[in-house]
Amino acid sequence: MDIKQDLISLFKQNTGVLESGSGHILNTYREQAFRDFDRLGIPTVKNEAYKYTPLDKYMQGNYDVELNANPFKVDLQDIFKCDIPELETQVVLVLNGFFYSVNQAEQLPRGVIVCGLNEASERYPDLFNKHYAHYADTSADGLVALNTLFAQDGVFIYVPKNTVVEKPIQIINLSHSYKNLRITRRNLVVAEENSQVNVVVCDHTLCHQSYLANSLTEIYAGKNSIIDYNRLQNENNLSTQINNLFVHQEESSRFSENSISLHGGLIRNNIYASLQGLHCETNLYGLFLCDEKQHVANYILVDHAFPNCTSNQLFKGILDHDATGSFNGKILVRKDAQKTLAYQKNNNILLSSAARMNTKPHLEIYADDVKCSHGATIGQLDMEAMFYLRSRGIGEKEAKHLLMYAFANEIVGKITIPVLKDRIIELVDKRLRGELSRCNNCDIRCA
Amino acid sequence: MLEIKDLHVSIDGREILKGINLEVKAGEVHAIMGPNGSGKSTLAAALAGKDSIEITRGSITYMGENLLDMKPEDRARKGLFLGFQYPVEIPGVSIVNFMKTAINEQRKFRGLDPISASDFLKKMRDKKELVGLTTNLANRSVNEGFSGGEKKKNEIFQMAMLEPLLAILDETDSGLDIDALKTVANGVNKLRRKDNATIVITHYQRLLEHIIPDFVHVLYKGRIVKSSGKELALELEEKGYEWMELEAE
Repeated sequence: MDIKQDLISLFKQNTGVLESGSGHILNTYREQAFRDFDRLGIPTVKNEAYKYTPLDKYMQGNYDVELNANPFKVDLQDIFKCDIPELETQVVLVLNGFFYSVNQAEQLPRGVIVCGLNEASERYPDLFNKHYAHYADTSADGLVALNTLFAQDGVFIYVPKNTVVEKPIQIINLSHSYKNLRITRRNLVVAEENSQVNVVVCDHTLCHQSYLANSLTEIYAGKNSIIDYNRLQNENNLSTQINNLFVHQEESSRFSENSISLHGGLIRNNIYASLQGLHCETNLYGLFLCDEKQHVANYILVDHAFPNCTSNQLFKGILDHDATGSFNGKILVRKDAQKTLAYQKNNNILLSSAARMNTKPHLEIYADDVKCSHGATIGQLDMEAMFYLRSRGIGEKEAKHLLMYAFANEIVGKITIPVLKDRIIELVDKRLRGELSRCNNCDIRCA
Repeated sequence: MLEIKDLHVSIDGREILKGINLEVKAGEVHAIMGPNGSGKSTLAAALAGKDSIEITRGSITYMGENLLDMKPEDRARKGLFLGFQYPVEIPGVSIVNFMKTAINEQRKFRGLDPISASDFLKKMRDKKELVGLTTNLANRSVNEGFSGGEKKKNEIFQMAMLEPLLAILDETDSGLDIDALKTVANGVNKLRRKDNATIVITHYQRLLEHIIPDFVHVLYKGRIVKSSGKELALELEEKGYEWMELEAE
């Protein structure tokens, strides 16, 4: 059966339920999304951006869909406890794509909103309307259209002008069901002028089922705002997750993203950063450690439209067994974006002969006074360094671990929240030792 | 302690060492001198267990055991140390972590508990002072961004930390200015004990003014062509290695 037709008929059959459960603004975008999805479908390997990610293969199979928030009887706060006890955060729980709860233990600064996406669309329609679906272009990618078509809920974060949210806001995406499940998540983060916010997103699969999650997050970074966005991708290996991140940056804003991908059958991260003002700074970092038959793909587009902006991309991967990965990063420097500084690097280590990595760093420059660089490496562990370590009495396994850890640490070191960094160091360390790197209550079973 | 018999070594099918015989006893310092390409570093690599070299004939016995059967890490755990001619830069691996891991791996091998944090820090401090290493090691990666002199001092520092029984110093003097040379030599001398031995591989005689060898061997075209006392080093310095060529023939 054709997946596209399946999804289209799924939508047609359930339009009523879907729309009655969602706010008006969410529904207004469905028509366009439907047309775009009908035209684009699920991207195949014939699409240049998805050349190395055979998505259609992963999107087949029988999946249930929840069109209403799961009437979950158990207290999630009770069964789910984050393993970073010292990480004082505003915890937002999202269950199967639906906003579940926010732990408002500490008072948020005045005017800051952290709530469900659907709720926000009803309670703050003017604010919501100004940003929702403004940055995610449904005509460019079938998966963006698909997300917009089925979007019902997720998380909404709003930080008003001149406001600093000291404690990180932690979004925990939980997947829990007794059958394979298709999940749609939609988030919107708006940080107004001179504001500052730190968002941490963690994924957990609580059951040993296959989850197919299509997540989309739109971020608006107002003038002079500072946004840190950290992701810990740690779902079970039966699952597929597609993440689209759209960032719109105003003048002098700084957006930093750090994604650590540990477990998950297929992880596809698309990042679109649009620099729409002078003096913007964008930092995109990613680390992926994969083995077995995992596939991790990072696709990045940094769009420099204004002068004097800076962007950095650094993505590193270690692949073992039959794991495959891809990096496809593009820096676009438009004609007016003079004095752009844009850097891009992708380094990969293959530990087995079957592991594969495809990398495609590229630049597209229309301005004539810029400094840009791009580079990629795919290699093995440095044998000279291995011998040096072993000659000091360090066993082969431990030496290998030290080198892999050092390689990974360049990314982990960029995490700005100390307790989160410590926890991720621990998870990465375990992951590299081939132990289960999972948090409590998580269903990750290796192999 | 160490007995090398008729050692033949090839790299990529080319024979580099053509029958080396050498015996080193506890408490001794041996100097191996020779021109470029004579096989000095290959001998060091053979002792440390580098896998790119191929032993085609001969034997090496270390502390009564067949050294050639041991993995590089096991050689180190049994007290063998190689000071590298070109110490490897390892970005991202901190010296502190590197040394702690090395010491604990060696201790584990000997059935000892891991070193305590305070003992380790004290040891680091003491040994740094001993070898005159003034570089602040906290948050530094192994050899990364080190000057030539710092790298060599760092080798001696590691030697001091690991307290080997047999240290092989491969061209530890190359690239050092006279002050650094003295510091390095001083460190080596302080580490000398009755139960350990040192093999100093060098191109020039000047290091041997500071580390006084008991024996000097001249390696030439893959063979030890002459062995004598420390005075041989001076003779070599005067006459150059061409003189050895005549001796060899």
